[in-house]
Amino acid sequence: MKGTVVVRRKQKIMLARILAAAAMLVVLNFIPATGWLRFVLYMAPYLTVGYDILIKALKGIRNRQVFDENFLMAIATVGAIGLALYERSGDYLEAVAVMLFYQIGEWFQSYAVGKSRRNISELMDIRPDYANVERDGRLERVDPDEVEVGGVIVVQPGEKVPIDGKVVQGESTLNTAALTGESLPREVRVGDEIISGCINMTGVLKIETTKEFGESTVSKILDLVENASSRKSKSEDFISKFARVYTPAVCIAALALALLPPVVRMLFLGAPAQWGTWIYRALTFLVISCPCALVISIPLSFFAGIGGASNAGVLVKGSNYLETLSQTKIVVFDKTGTLTQGVFEVSGIHHSEMENAKLLEYAALAESASSHPISKSLRKAYGREIDRSRVSDIREISGNGVVAKVDGREVAVGNDKLMNQLNVPFIPCHSTGTIIHMAIDGQYAGHIVISDVLKPTAQTAVQSLKASGMRRTVMLTGDAKKVADQVGAELGIDEIHSELLPADKVAKVEEILSAKPEREKLAFVGDGINDAPVLRRADIGIAMGALGSDAAIEAADVVLMDDDPLKIAKAIRISRKCLRIVYQNIVFAIGVKLICLALGALGIANMWLAIFADVGVMVIAVLNAIRALFVKNL
Amino acid sequence: MKKTYKIDVDCANCANKMESAAQNTAGVKSAVVNFMALKMVVEFDEGADPKAVMQEVRRNCKRVEDDCEVYL
Repeated sequence: MKGTVVVRRKQKIMLARILAAAAMLVVLNFIPATGWLRFVLYMAPYLTVGYDILIKALKGIRNRQVFDENFLMAIATVGAIGLALYERSGDYLEAVAVMLFYQIGEWFQSYAVGKSRRNISELMDIRPDYANVERDGRLERVDPDEVEVGGVIVVQPGEKVPIDGKVVQGESTLNTAALTGESLPREVRVGDEIISGCINMTGVLKIETTKEFGESTVSKILDLVENASSRKSKSEDFISKFARVYTPAVCIAALALALLPPVVRMLFLGAPAQWGTWIYRALTFLVISCPCALVISIPLSFFAGIGGASNAGVLVKGSNYLETLSQTKIVVFDKTGTLTQGVFEVSGIHHSEMENAKLLEYAALAESASSHPISKSLRKAYGREIDRSRVSDIREISGNGVVAKVDGREVAVGNDKLMNQLNVPFIPCHSTGTIIHMAIDGQYAGHIVISDVLKPTAQTAVQSLKASGMRRTVMLTGDAKKVADQVGAELGIDEIHSELLPADKVAKVEEILSAKPEREKLAFVGDGINDAPVLRRADIGIAMGALGSDAAIEAADVVLMDDDPLKIAKAIRISRKCLRIVYQNIVFAIGVKLICLALGALGIANMWLAIFADVGVMVIAVLNAIRALFVKNL
Repeated sequence: MKKTYKIDVDCANCANKMESAAQNTAGVKSAVVNFMALKMVVEFDEGADPKAVMQEVRRNCKRVEDDCEVYL
């Protein structure tokens, strides 16, 4: 890491300069030099610690970037030295101290940022540097970019999976913490899909790649993380606009403070002008007013907030989205895949005339040729290998079910319509879900209930959103009303709209958007599959389970890396913490400065207070900003 | 075309200044500076020569923030 080394070296040099200047000041305190000798002696620590600020200020003037903090510091310290010369007071200490403390503040800021940066990059360090390819029986490290789709790579324990693919040999446990923020290990074996960015923990894996490196999950995520911050939040816009007006304004105010009162005193009051006093006050005013605390800490808070969120598996595409997220009051959910797992499972077998397992076996066998999701879940519930030789004469009755011969018996599997068609009286079911009736040799044999399963954390997720002050929770689904109402009631969702087509969902969201007050933001949470238009339409689109869905990464503003709906509330809490810090810093920095400015103008504040108002406030604001990084316990 | 460059900059505000300096360079379609990752992602205009454009980007960045670096 070229950059980090340079930064560290720069920090070391700066620290040495600060210490040297401080030591010189201490020694000078004991040397009773006067006149020009004293001036020359004090210039040594001043230039040691501040020469670069003076150069930067000059360069700034040359590049027409006049009013920055370097300029303020240069003017204030040079002015103070000039004043000391003019008044023959020999009091150079304050000027040197201002420069010294300013540099200490800058150094501290750079150190703190470097620390937190390492904090993030260690955890987000998912970029694979190489891929192992087997050539002539030996492993060779190649650039992951060079591996073609369909090529076989080898991942050893402790290494990162560089490219998405399918396991063709080996068995292992994967650590997905870097991707999802969760340290739950994932087991993989031959035939399993594997996503890049995970760390292989236990066994050697051979993986047949299914994507290019550039298209792999890890590249997509890195791209997303590195591209965050492209859109600035309102607070940041405010601060940069503020700084643009503010700095020239203070400079003019300082100039007025230096010139006007003495002139007024001389011309109208007939009193002595007291140039020295007023110039000193103006210089104090300049030091106090330095806007560093704001211009540094506000963007830093957002950078830290986004960084902290990505550590928790929440990718936010820009600081404006973090801001919007913090104002969210209405959460609209998609049902399937978001609150439910989106996989259908057998949840009950009723009125069976034979053993439940036997009934399920017949159902699975009869449905063995179908690729319908329902058939898949029946086969999955059966769980054993299907012996196709036991099945014959399969007739699929489209939209109704299947009739087939199993072990020589006539088995009919399907819905109400199929039973009616076969003239078999059936017992209707009171459960919600898809009901599969069975008839064997023309006799009713019972029914199987298949339903989508709620995610284990779905209920807690809705509760914690409500606890976080969500005014309204809404669920939109294309599913049947009965199913939707039951799920909604179980989860405690306020409002349920069912039997919607994808276009209806957009219309519904628009309806809610137009009815709500401007300040309350609406978040839509979906799994990215066919709800991209809604994700775009909402104030803020949150996509779940980014591992796999490109559409979600594209359309959403916030991407939750795993499927856990609990992360929604977490994301909102992270954003709120970040924004809280931003507002604290704005109020604190501007407040302290205004008070000190008033004191300075009245002549109560001296240069030492000014240094606190500048450097002290900056250090506190930077420390506060870095707090946005820590989101573990939210 | 998009390219990622490593950068070096000390403060968050300077990073934002660099970003706008880069965005206002001819041949740059969009530029994003990620302060935490010390990266600059530059998307070039159709037909622009990244090498030449990046020289200019670097010069413009140096102009607004003397204490920064773009590694080309």
